[in-house]
Amino acid sequence: MRRIFFAAGAAIALAVGPAAAQNPVKIGFISTFSGPTAVIGNDMRNSFELALDHIGRKMGGRPVQVIYEDDQQKPEVGKQKTEKLVQSDKVDFVVGYIWSNVLLASLKPVLDSQTFLISANAGPSQIAGALCSPFFFSTSWQNDQTPQAIGRYMNTKGVKTVYLLGPNYAAGKDMLAGVASTYKGKVIGQDLTKWPDQLDFSAELTKVRNAKPEALFVFYPGAAGVQFLNQYHQAGLKGTVPLYTAFTIDSLSLPRQKDLALGIPGAQHWVNDLPNDANKKYVADFRAKHKAYPSFYGAQSYDAVGLINSAVVAVNGDLSKKDAMRAEMRKANYASVRGPYKYGNNHFPIQNFYLQDVVKDAEGNLTLKTIATIVENSQDEHASKCPMRW
Amino acid sequence: MPRTRVRPLAGPSTGSGGASSNPQRYGSTKRCLGLLGHPDARVTTVGGTMLLFVEQCLNGLQFGLLLFLLAAGLTLVFGIMDLVNLAHGSLYMVGAYFAATFTALTGSFIGGVLLALVATCLVGMAVEVIAMRRLYGRDHLDHVLGTFGLILFFNEAVRLIWGPAGMNLTLPSWLNTSIEILPGVPYSSYRFSIIVVALAVALFLYMLVMRTRIGMLIRAGASNREMVSALGVNIKLLYTLVFGLGAALAGLAGLMQAAILTAQIGMGENILILAFVVIIIGGIGSIRGAFVASILVGLIDTVGRAFLPDIFKLVLSQAAASTAGPAVSSMLIYLLMTIVLVVRPEGLFPVSNK
Amino acid sequence: MTSGAWFRRGWITPRNVVVAAILTFVVLLPVYTSGTGNYFLLSLFTRIVILAMAASTLNLILGYGGMVSFGHAAYVGIGGYVVGILAHEGITTGFLQWPLALIASGVFGLVVGALSLRTRGVYFIMITLAFAQMIYYVALALDRYGGDDGMTIYTRSQFAGLIDLSQKTVFYYLCVVLLLGTIYLVHRLANSRFGLVIQGSRSNDRRMRAIGFPTFRYRLTCFVIAGMLCGLSGALLATHTDFISPAMMHWTRSGDLIVMVVLGGMASVFGPLIGAVALLVLEEVLSGITEYWQIILGPLLLLVVLFARGGVDGILLHWHDHYRSASHGIGNLLARMRRG
Repeated sequence: MRRIFFAAGAAIALAVGPAAAQNPVKIGFISTFSGPTAVIGNDMRNSFELALDHIGRKMGGRPVQVIYEDDQQKPEVGKQKTEKLVQSDKVDFVVGYIWSNVLLASLKPVLDSQTFLISANAGPSQIAGALCSPFFFSTSWQNDQTPQAIGRYMNTKGVKTVYLLGPNYAAGKDMLAGVASTYKGKVIGQDLTKWPDQLDFSAELTKVRNAKPEALFVFYPGAAGVQFLNQYHQAGLKGTVPLYTAFTIDSLSLPRQKDLALGIPGAQHWVNDLPNDANKKYVADFRAKHKAYPSFYGAQSYDAVGLINSAVVAVNGDLSKKDAMRAEMRKANYASVRGPYKYGNNHFPIQNFYLQDVVKDAEGNLTLKTIATIVENSQDEHASKCPMRW
Repeated sequence: MPRTRVRPLAGPSTGSGGASSNPQRYGSTKRCLGLLGHPDARVTTVGGTMLLFVEQCLNGLQFGLLLFLLAAGLTLVFGIMDLVNLAHGSLYMVGAYFAATFTALTGSFIGGVLLALVATCLVGMAVEVIAMRRLYGRDHLDHVLGTFGLILFFNEAVRLIWGPAGMNLTLPSWLNTSIEILPGVPYSSYRFSIIVVALAVALFLYMLVMRTRIGMLIRAGASNREMVSALGVNIKLLYTLVFGLGAALAGLAGLMQAAILTAQIGMGENILILAFVVIIIGGIGSIRGAFVASILVGLIDTVGRAFLPDIFKLVLSQAAASTAGPAVSSMLIYLLMTIVLVVRPEGLFPVSNK
Repeated sequence: MTSGAWFRRGWITPRNVVVAAILTFVVLLPVYTSGTGNYFLLSLFTRIVILAMAASTLNLILGYGGMVSFGHAAYVGIGGYVVGILAHEGITTGFLQWPLALIASGVFGLVVGALSLRTRGVYFIMITLAFAQMIYYVALALDRYGGDDGMTIYTRSQFAGLIDLSQKTVFYYLCVVLLLGTIYLVHRLANSRFGLVIQGSRSNDRRMRAIGFPTFRYRLTCFVIAGMLCGLSGALLATHTDFISPAMMHWTRSGDLIVMVVLGGMASVFGPLIGAVALLVLEEVLSGITEYWQIILGPLLLLVVLFARGGVDGILLHWHDHYRSASHGIGNLLARMRRG
């Protein structure tokens, strides 16, 4: 009996292969941990760690080891750190990436080495289209999707004229183009501001007031969102030109935007009050641990753990079975905090987008609240350009 | 799968931008950039355009005067001590953080601002005594390397003390509104107060430099250092005071900007480049030059940003204009500086007899 | 030759020892990395070698010519963008890409130099910065080539099968050879008649002109040569990262290059190499120790300025002078011991 047990153990060990059961699953995590945007990186790391705690820091019976690297928000540094993770540390998964440009620079070394890359935020159109890869998965969204949802929402509100404002870089242009592609009213003006140097929007806000649109759409991520809202308020536009946003108000910027953000709508694929069990647990535990609401960046990082775990469990910890892992990840067969979703042929989620508003919670803290579903099962438009079929 | 639950919208001509005759395509245009109508379709009258122009000039003036506060300190230090101080932007940042902290602590905006000015001045003097003093008379490159090191130090120190997220400077309600400066032209009362304060500071600096004994020594020190110290003036103390004054001016600029832009790590670096552009255009060491150049830079930057993309749309194709507009308006200031230097290699108001 | 004789002839100086150590390390590194499979170290040093090359070209104008260019990163960007844009348009032959990178940076250098060499001192610093900023915003506006996001280079330059740049070690050695070539060229230029005119013009331009040298033309030529070589380093950097973006020519990169030159030691042939190694290795090591590594690096730079004129190279020279008698003593002692 004992011998049989032993033999079975040996057989399992053989099946698992050279990566013996106790060898850790190695995950490299790249984000920005220095400079002002380190706030985002820290939020992602906190959520990633929380997700690992929730699965007992084991995947398919193997312990998990995470190596965090700082990309300093520079493509070149990001690529160098990615190469270190893939070539020196020989990680099994690379996760993270806030910035499209860092991700684009880092893509090649990861995919060349046939390592899975899970983007927990950046979703540039190239990777959703022609550059799509069997080794790339996104747990976030494609740049165009969120503004398209806002464009639709403005239609339902009967907004007839809009002014668009955003930073002059690729994601900024994507956002404005996204709104214009679904919005059926008239775009009566648009300005692209110098990025990231220009933080004073006096000239643009003056133009907005003079153009007298029925609504103003802006995309100013991170600290720029705080600065924009300040100036929007100071220019006295709050009462006259209603504001619609994408990625301008989130849980990281809210503590600094404070009451100025109250009542300003935005679109998002995940909001902290989505009523599914996974999300409730995530948000409650995050708040208990960090005394703050998690952001969508964090939610996407939390989901990355779920996605990876599903793949590792499906192959019983044998990470050499890449095809089987890919097949499992394509099913998105895990409890996502945004609720169930599907993957498109380009490995970007096909998911709902919600309308969020800023409200005060029971303790008087500002938080985001889901108001309505703007669009169900939205897929990005670049998927058709992706040659991958499955 | 239905992708949208959007209520269909009424026909095209219901758009309220009636003044525009631009045939606009609706929906489904993937790239809106090249297909926009004239942004200011509603401002059709000459008067409307004039009002817009006046308001944009006001914006430019405000930005320029803010630059002046920063540039004045920089050009003083540069002109008198012959010191290239890249860390001037760090003092600007420190002033912003101090103001945010002290305002929150004291609960009073004015009190916080005054405390922050004093504190920034003290930090500046400490930096002068500890480090800068040893750099006088050295090569400019030594200044660059040394003060670059100071920038790194200040950025990290601020991150350690205040965290990476940045801070808000909350305005009192009497500043956080808009006033009507011209009939039909509301303007942020805070921005207006920046103009007033900066003009007052400019006047104060003029009086200080032209009408007081210290000012006389400053002017003398700028043109002939050896002679001033030979006359028995405590040049060390004078330098420390000038540096402290420069720091306080930078801090003032920083804290005023912080109420608009919030206090951020590294906020000083980009604006420092602009301040350098200002003192170069104005002529190093010349406060008058800094004043003229900062208003010039502020106006050109703001007005260019506001109108250039539209002007481009008149002469270029839409797609080319939407690309070239922001790019050219970003580089306008540098273009200005290049032209000024090609024509006048020592700036607009060169300080002679150096 | 005995080691005693080496000492006596003054060949074994602290500076030469450090340079020899760095060169030996740089040359032998691939042996180590291919043995251990630690390609990250190779990647790091490829970057260091390329930036040292860019810093060496800056040293030519800054150290020897006294032309403090605060826009040197522009050439890195131009060289990189030429390679990247040509690759994007399907022209992958390096025989076209690299010469064009040289020409484009040379033309830019000619325009910038012709307009800015009329100015002096800080005015010169700022006008070169202005040009670099303008080219930066041009790159930002190049939507076709990624704009702000930048663009990945999918095919490295092809040299008709002569040399395969996609092999890491091969590419690394190419960079090392080009770095040494640049250093040698800077050395030869600086000590030629041409270089002496440049150096003379740094200390007293008016006198040089009075003697009859058209110093403007000399300085402009020098400026263009430095720009072209720096453009080549940009081509290498783009190849190394397989990526171009406006960040390549951000003004902070120009600042980094100045720091490398000043830190290593101006107007010293190996100074930029020492500076690049010191700065980048220090960054790597310090950032491994603490997330707040800049709070150590910053004051360190200040201390170097305050207490070590002439950068690391200056320290080594000073050290040498200080212990010269001692080392002579050791040399004599060694020689005597051999004989005895």
